[in-house]
Amino acid sequence: MQKVFGYPRSLTPKRTHYCPGCTHGIIHRLIAEAIDDLGIQEQTVGIAPVGCAVLAYEYFDVDFQEAAHGRAPAVATGIKRVHPEAIVFSYQGDGDLASIGTAEIIHAAARGENITVIFINNTVYGMTGGQMAPTTLPGQKTTTSPYGRDITKVGYPIRVCEMLATLDGPAYIERVSVHDPKHIIKAGRAIRKAFEMQIAGKGFSLVEVLSTCPTNWGLTPVKALERLKEEMIPYYPLGVFRSTEEVAKE
Amino acid sequence: MTYEIICAGFGGQGVMLIGELLAYGGMLEGKNVTWFPSYGPEMRGGTANCSVVISDQPVGSPIVSEPDGLIAMNGPSFEKFKGTVKPGGAIVYNSSMIETAPVIPGLKMLPVPTNDIASELGNNKVANMVALGAFIGLTKIITLASAEKALEQVLPERHHKLIPLNVAALEKGMALVK
Amino acid sequence: MERVMMKGNEALAEGAIRAGCRFFFGYPITPQNEIPEYMARRMPEVNGVFIQAESEVSAINMVYGAGGAGGRALTSSSSPGISLKQEGISYLAGAQVPCVIVNVARGGPGLGGLTPSQSDYFQATKGGGHGDYHLIVYAPGTGQEMVDLIGLAFDKAEEYRNPVMILTDAIMGQMMEPVILPPIREVTTEKPWATTGKKGRAKPNLINSLGIIGEDLARINIELQEKYRKIETNEIRYEADGTGDADLIVVAYGTTSRVARSAINMLRAEGKKVGLLRPITLWPFPKQILADLAAQGKRFLVVEMSVGQLVEDVILAVNDRAKVDFFGKLNGTVPTVREVYNTINALLQKGGA
Repeated sequence: MQKVFGYPRSLTPKRTHYCPGCTHGIIHRLIAEAIDDLGIQEQTVGIAPVGCAVLAYEYFDVDFQEAAHGRAPAVATGIKRVHPEAIVFSYQGDGDLASIGTAEIIHAAARGENITVIFINNTVYGMTGGQMAPTTLPGQKTTTSPYGRDITKVGYPIRVCEMLATLDGPAYIERVSVHDPKHIIKAGRAIRKAFEMQIAGKGFSLVEVLSTCPTNWGLTPVKALERLKEEMIPYYPLGVFRSTEEVAKE
Repeated sequence: MTYEIICAGFGGQGVMLIGELLAYGGMLEGKNVTWFPSYGPEMRGGTANCSVVISDQPVGSPIVSEPDGLIAMNGPSFEKFKGTVKPGGAIVYNSSMIETAPVIPGLKMLPVPTNDIASELGNNKVANMVALGAFIGLTKIITLASAEKALEQVLPERHHKLIPLNVAALEKGMALVK
Repeated sequence: MERVMMKGNEALAEGAIRAGCRFFFGYPITPQNEIPEYMARRMPEVNGVFIQAESEVSAINMVYGAGGAGGRALTSSSSPGISLKQEGISYLAGAQVPCVIVNVARGGPGLGGLTPSQSDYFQATKGGGHGDYHLIVYAPGTGQEMVDLIGLAFDKAEEYRNPVMILTDAIMGQMMEPVILPPIREVTTEKPWATTGKKGRAKPNLINSLGIIGEDLARINIELQEKYRKIETNEIRYEADGTGDADLIVVAYGTTSRVARSAINMLRAEGKKVGLLRPITLWPFPKQILADLAAQGKRFLVVEMSVGQLVEDVILAVNDRAKVDFFGKLNGTVPTVREVYNTINALLQKGGA
């Protein structure tokens, strides 16, 4: 019989610390599957962020560096320049990437740095207890926007993919979601594609994954998935925002 | 023996190069040397200057405040530094730009019409080399041969075709010293 | 070997290249721009990497990535930029990533000035960033030491897996002096801890300073402190010139040590017994030699371009066994030889302790 499903080799057997219903675990798995499929486990170096995924290095069976808050793209740059043959990816949340680390992500993208960024957007700071993130939706209640995000006072959410797609440096930018099996499969393909772009030396690739935070949203896991689908996707549309391959085809 | 020099003038008169050649020449003669460009607040007042120290011992301060020798290429720098030269020291000043200079007792003072001589050589830019030639002649702090050799090392390759002109200017300046 | 004239900043840069540094990440700031400019020209010639980062913050984190991946990585900056790098420096120390950081210091606080200063001594030697950590800090006193100490810095950084700082200033950086350059060396240090990709290793490598699990943080700190004690035992460097018969010893590093040396030479020519103690490592600090000299009845004068930072370490080392005087210039001016000469003379005339 052919084995069609198994535990990814690139994940350690360790149980994650993530909350019940959190989608980090799914996304970790998708990354590990891509690494397995592409046969790059022995040459991959990951960069863990500050945020809920700070312990990501416990779960991936690949070399890792822990970065300071927001600095992962700079750290990834340093690693990639020393080992151009390595496959380097950062795993960053929305506070990390789109707030404190905006300079790092924009300039890594602008340089066309040949790295892959997995960007988790769940519209809150998870680990610190559910504060407002740069991606928090208008009106959304968080611990630091207790009356709902008031766009007249704190401004608008940042759409990272759209913003980075204006640059000439990136090779591949896609936004995906993990709210149902169909979309999880699509997300897996996007992550794999991003790694393939790096392997081919095409340059900077980023996959934004719309994700849930049932704990800080105060929703059950199922309700959280519904919110993702009904409230987040309309604001953060899914799709490929930039692909140099398609540009070449046109 | 430690010999300390200040080279000063307008920016663009090539005073930094004079200093570099003195330092390089000293190095080629096996001495300890330092060269230090004017920096920060000293830049005010329109003069550029550099300090050079040539010594048999390890050099202490690279910043010279009481020089043994002064090369002043314009009026403001002459005014600024003339009073700092040690007794028994030497001043070479550019008499093309400094028409009247007071005689300072206890100092060897040599007026050199550097711009006029440089013009005679066909290139006003080598006025600094005329002054350096005169300074070397007056103080014997390095040899003319060392200064010429230093030119080859200090000037970028693309300017090496100008070395004969610079050497001619050095020699003209040196010839002023009887 | 042939002597060549080089500016201090360029001597540092070429010294790094000769010592096998192939990764430079920097950001423009006066008065250290000669270093990134030199590296931008030079790195491509040796198949190295030069990146002008988007900020000092990014530059130090690129160093973290590159150093953690096993490369010989360097960044340089000047005081305000070094303040920005402090977050990264703390992480580098915590994760034990070898690298070299150059501070061509200028006056502060805040934007300060462009003129030379020694007012970053505390920042360099007492931490600078958060947490209990130390950098090895070298203070070059000559152009030749710019070349030699940056080479040593890379070796020591790797030997101890610790970031090393070269603390210098605008005078040392702008001054030209003859130097002898060593040949380019191949670096063959084994770095079994580096993140290279597992490449068949059973366990993945991890570069990390996080210690939230169980006793991790205590373990990390105990390990660091043991390392620091070893560095204090083995790595202290200083120059003692004429301290044997001296009644008064000037303590100074870098630029002020040069000014002091000129003043001391004048005084010794007059038969006065004055010596120079020049710390070459600012951390670890040469405490014992100072304590020994104090026990012999010497008195001290500390000369700094600051309101008095090094002087605190001298007072601690001397520990009330001798008198310590201070002469400092506030940011922007270098003490003249005459000022230091007069200060020493006045102290000698006032008589002993």
